[in-house]
Amino acid sequence: MNCADSQAALPSYLDGELDPLRNLEIEQHLQQCAACSQTYTAGQTLQTAIKTGAPYYPAPANLRKRIRSSIRQERKGVPVFAAMPWRWLSLAASVALVAIFAWNVVPRPYGLDTEHLMTEEIVSSHVRSLMASHLVDVSSSDRHVVKPWFAGKLDFSPSVVDLIDHGFPLIGGRLDYLDKRPVAAVVYQRREHVINLFIRPAAHDADAVRTPVTTQGYHLLSWTRAGMTYVAVSDLNTNELLEFVRLVQAST
Amino acid sequence: MWDARDEPEEHTLARFEEVMLPHMDAAYNLARWLTRNEHDAEDLVQECYLRAFKFFESFHGGNARGWLLTIVRNTCYTWLREHRADELSTSFDEDIHSTEADPFDPQKLLLRRESSQLLSQALEELPLEFREVLVLRELEGLSYKEIAIIAGIPPGTVMSRLARARTRLKQCLSTLINKEG
Repeated sequence: MNCADSQAALPSYLDGELDPLRNLEIEQHLQQCAACSQTYTAGQTLQTAIKTGAPYYPAPANLRKRIRSSIRQERKGVPVFAAMPWRWLSLAASVALVAIFAWNVVPRPYGLDTEHLMTEEIVSSHVRSLMASHLVDVSSSDRHVVKPWFAGKLDFSPSVVDLIDHGFPLIGGRLDYLDKRPVAAVVYQRREHVINLFIRPAAHDADAVRTPVTTQGYHLLSWTRAGMTYVAVSDLNTNELLEFVRLVQAST
Repeated sequence: MWDARDEPEEHTLARFEEVMLPHMDAAYNLARWLTRNEHDAEDLVQECYLRAFKFFESFHGGNARGWLLTIVRNTCYTWLREHRADELSTSFDEDIHSTEADPFDPQKLLLRRESSQLLSQALEELPLEFREVLVLRELEGLSYKEIAIIAGIPPGTVMSRLARARTRLKQCLSTLINKEG
């Protein structure tokens, strides 16, 4: 073996990819050739440095649990509430009164402008989510369960944030339909108040915060950020809803 | 009748977990190096496992780690295309600098106390395709053939890409060390 052959074969030799015969040839050459031997040592040093120096990131301890529970969740493909009727009933009871009352005082749309209709549609969707047995499709307080659930069901990936430390526990997620397209509804809770956070790709990319709207006792706060439009709707008082919105904005 | 239907499903799930969960570290390590972010890596690995479970029927035994890592690699690339498109489009040009002579003696690296941090930084700065083959080869210890399947390239390309990746890594290390003086 000459030096040119040896230099060409050295990387494969270092990677253990040569057959035994070629291994032998190159080893014989290395014993006689100082230049190739030096290349070999340098290559080996770099390999060792990467293997021992670059971090190997093991999976975090909780990931296994997350994965196992998300597979089980996915496999069922049914709202968890259906499997736990009593739990659903207690939540329903807490929101039903509010919802029925609200539904009765909903005025019909006055104007025909799209903004107004959109507001109507969002409030209707919010109220419907509280009334019918369909608050969430996936019920979990773990954002790592809720967020992946949307994958494959929407052509975008909605952000789901963990705000339990701030008193806004996550309830779950739901597929909804607004303005003729599917949207993500991420459901949070503050005491007995439910917050629906609707998320969809923005029609216009510019970041914006829209004027808050209050209608039928519901507050709507809407903003666009990084190409996504968010609408938070709830009967929660404006101050706390604003706090919620700031927290969401801070983590998206 | 309904109960009977559930039984094979339970069995499939148990088998899936037995075969695939042991490779979670490999999956996470690759996702972590490709995304360079621990939270994104966690979410992506979880997504990969859901996907892997969905397509588990198409796994006919054999190299479970390779099969899973192929899913991880593809899922990460799809995610990167959506979220870090700039990195993908500009990062990779195999020809740049690839013919330059080795400027760096790795021995210099071992003499430094912070060598591990330098290596980590240099590896993170490498273009995605270079980072990928080096992580699979050096940290995961995979063969050219296994890397070829995961990255969807011919084994010959794995070899040449590894060579360029190592050259680039050395250049990167050299720059970092010179910067520190």
